[in-house]
Amino acid sequence: MRFIRKTQYSQDIDLVKHRGHLIWYGLLLVIVLSGPLWLDRYLLGELAQVFIFAIAGIGLMLLVGYTGLVSLGHAAFLALGAYTHAYLLNLGVPLPVALSTAALFTALIGGLVGIPALRMTGIYLAVATLAFAVIVEQVLVHWTSVTGGFSGMAVPKPEMFGWSLSSAPAFYFLCFIILIGCLVLALNLLRSPAGRAMIAVRDSETSAESMGINLARTKMLAFALSAGFTGLAGGLFAHRMTYLAPDAFTIITSIQLLLMVVVGGVGSLHGVIYGAIFIGLLPQVIASFRDLAPPAVGQIPGLEPAIFGLILIVVLIYEPLGIYGRWMKIRLYFEEFPFYRRATYKRQKSFLRTERLH
Amino acid sequence: MSLLVADDISIHFGGLKAVQDVSFAVEEGEVYSIVGPNGAGKTTIFNLISRIYDCTHGKITFAEQDITNLPTHKVAPLGIARTFQNTELFERETVLKNLLIGCHIHRHTNVFSELFYLPSVKKQELAFREAVEDVIDLLDLQSYRNQVIGNLSYGVRKMVEVARALCLKPKLLLLDEPSSGLNPEETEDLSFWLEDINQDLGITVIMVEHDMNLVSQASDRVMALADGQLLTIGTPQEVQNHPEVLRAYLGD
Amino acid sequence: MEVLQLLISGVSQGCVYGLIALGFVLIYKATEMVNFAQGDIMMLAAYVAITFVNLWGWSFWWALPATVMTMAVVGMLLERLLLRPMIGEPHFAVLMLTIGLGFVLRAVAGAIWSATPQRLNAPYVGSVAQIGELVIGYESIAIVIGTVLLCTLLWLFFRFTRLGVAMQAASQNQLAAFYVGIPVKRIFSLVWAISAGIAAVAGMLTAPALMVDPNTGFIGIKAFAAAIVGGFGSLPGAILGGLLVGVVEQFAGLYLPPGFSDMSAYVLLLVMLMLRPQGLFATMQKKKV
Repeated sequence: MRFIRKTQYSQDIDLVKHRGHLIWYGLLLVIVLSGPLWLDRYLLGELAQVFIFAIAGIGLMLLVGYTGLVSLGHAAFLALGAYTHAYLLNLGVPLPVALSTAALFTALIGGLVGIPALRMTGIYLAVATLAFAVIVEQVLVHWTSVTGGFSGMAVPKPEMFGWSLSSAPAFYFLCFIILIGCLVLALNLLRSPAGRAMIAVRDSETSAESMGINLARTKMLAFALSAGFTGLAGGLFAHRMTYLAPDAFTIITSIQLLLMVVVGGVGSLHGVIYGAIFIGLLPQVIASFRDLAPPAVGQIPGLEPAIFGLILIVVLIYEPLGIYGRWMKIRLYFEEFPFYRRATYKRQKSFLRTERLH
Repeated sequence: MSLLVADDISIHFGGLKAVQDVSFAVEEGEVYSIVGPNGAGKTTIFNLISRIYDCTHGKITFAEQDITNLPTHKVAPLGIARTFQNTELFERETVLKNLLIGCHIHRHTNVFSELFYLPSVKKQELAFREAVEDVIDLLDLQSYRNQVIGNLSYGVRKMVEVARALCLKPKLLLLDEPSSGLNPEETEDLSFWLEDINQDLGITVIMVEHDMNLVSQASDRVMALADGQLLTIGTPQEVQNHPEVLRAYLGD
Repeated sequence: MEVLQLLISGVSQGCVYGLIALGFVLIYKATEMVNFAQGDIMMLAAYVAITFVNLWGWSFWWALPATVMTMAVVGMLLERLLLRPMIGEPHFAVLMLTIGLGFVLRAVAGAIWSATPQRLNAPYVGSVAQIGELVIGYESIAIVIGTVLLCTLLWLFFRFTRLGVAMQAASQNQLAAFYVGIPVKRIFSLVWAISAGIAAVAGMLTAPALMVDPNTGFIGIKAFAAAIVGGFGSLPGAILGGLLVGVVEQFAGLYLPPGFSDMSAYVLLLVMLMLRPQGLFATMQKKKV
């Protein structure tokens, strides 16, 4: 077992809490940064996609995992970010400005969506976000003068200060650096009063209000921040797609994002990373499965969403804490060896007690 | 000049008159208990003061300010903190996090400085942590600091609720049945802490209680309610021997 | 005249939404779980009916109870295998589970019956009734009559049987229901069975009117909006919400630019959520502390 002796409060607050953290995360950083040395173009592209998903996942996790507000339509924010970014690039705006503007614009829309969200709880909110996503999709399809409708919108290649970023390693680094930045911002948020306010709203709205937390402002902020991160991911996503069309941002995409959050482990940023790796790798696995399986199984239309669904079901029933949860249990096993007890994480039987008054 | 004045407050839930024309005043620095059989409207009055419910009519004044229609989240910054009958803690978080959320009203940074964790934010975090540790020391919660609330026993949870309320540095503390679920030793500890909170920290305390020993020991004045209506206000002895109070508890 | 025609189409379409919404609300009232796969269960029911009638040559009227029975068993199985382990889990988790279930059902349907759209052979297909200048398809009439019959049956069931009362108890406080001797788990299975049965009726009524393919279940999302418009805990609200959405959709198709009628269910939903978040018949209230 490892014991960490703490002598200062800042050890609880700082991002790097002790030497072990520094060593392991440092190693990880070195491995990722050295990627282009030993990975081919294709894999670099796939990893860049994983980073993009992770950025979107940070946004979704802030909303769902930390504020407890379910969003079934997050693909709409991805789309808003992607289209705004591409539109601005086509106007000649430099990449950093276009990307930031896209993120801020999406954050603004997110904040506006948050306003009606104040009056809704749980399931009502989830369906409202779904409705919002459908409406955004329709706007993308019908507002052809701006978005090009079904014919789509071309996305210029990424370049910054005259250097092209469209090569696989360059794009890989761009996505990675932005991901690190977003992680730091999110971690900062979560260890500060704003983040705690979000958690308070998730766990008990009544007592959060009694602690002086403004519910309306917190929820709106959560939506805005969530949308902002996802919009940023959308801008990068646009470069990956090179050509935008509304059918890249359907409810399946929203469910994919939620899958990332659920499978990764709700309520932790680690979960976002694990989840992003999972849904980044999943299409490859499904594609190989399709080739290996007999045609009757492999050629089913809608196999990919079906496998998403199956994984969701299995994870939710058997490992609701997700990949991160499973990793915690494994780590605990090794830390407490040979005293590990399976009952540590045993789920208590829970019973339904309604909060409806009807 | 009383700290809290309730003037003819009432609330109706459809046909049920939960609180009817109750008036009382709490002086600064006293320990004021509210007693009464179940359904008397005691917690409802707390909910009216902390603005979780709206009064059907009547007026509530705190430190000369009319708070009858104040939005719920503006009550804490004025200096009113409360605990709940069935603890409303943040179940999935640690005791430390719960207490830190109690410091929220003393925050003077905004979300932008927090996103970038500017030095002012770090300084504030360290100050919050120190304040929280002071409260932990007062209520002996050191060993529970990093435990998740969901794993704690009921008695400890109640103390964490009180601790969280104290982190607000309130002028007025509303305690809703603080001793329910506590064994006699814990109740005695509670009465000592009440004394500390009231005398050392100078906090005015209003307490809804059923334990008459605790009430007699700790309170300066007592208000008795039954069926939403005021029966009497006085010292613990006066109230315990009041004929109407006896009738309410024991029947005719 | 055109208004009346639209109204009739709206009502008949609305009845379909209403029936699916009824299934949602039933499960929600009984178990506080949201079943996002309700539309896909309806789609499955339609395919089962097509198997009975088109492929095996049974008479439509015998296939009706057969489909309802089959789907009731399917509903019970789904509850037993997938939903029972989730009792007491956060609502978000159950919602995601049923979304996943919907995907799986869609793929299964595509695998068994192929993705080509098919139409159920009902004996009244194609016939129309003529009242003055109004033309009403027999399918629409069947839908409305079927809905009315089903709702009456359900109302009688919940009002006058012990089972109905037991269901309400189980939905309000499970632990207490257990202590009083109510077989809570069996009741949950029954609720899912009934809900699937309602979806089966909805499927059989709709299938003759439009082509069925694995994505027909998407209608469930609009029905969901309808359930919310009506107020999510209320059975009459579900039907009313469905009717409202159906009618608004038809009129939006006529008076607004194309593409808006598809959105109208969702716009109606958002408007309702902003003006009266609890829906037409409110049941949700603030937690008592």
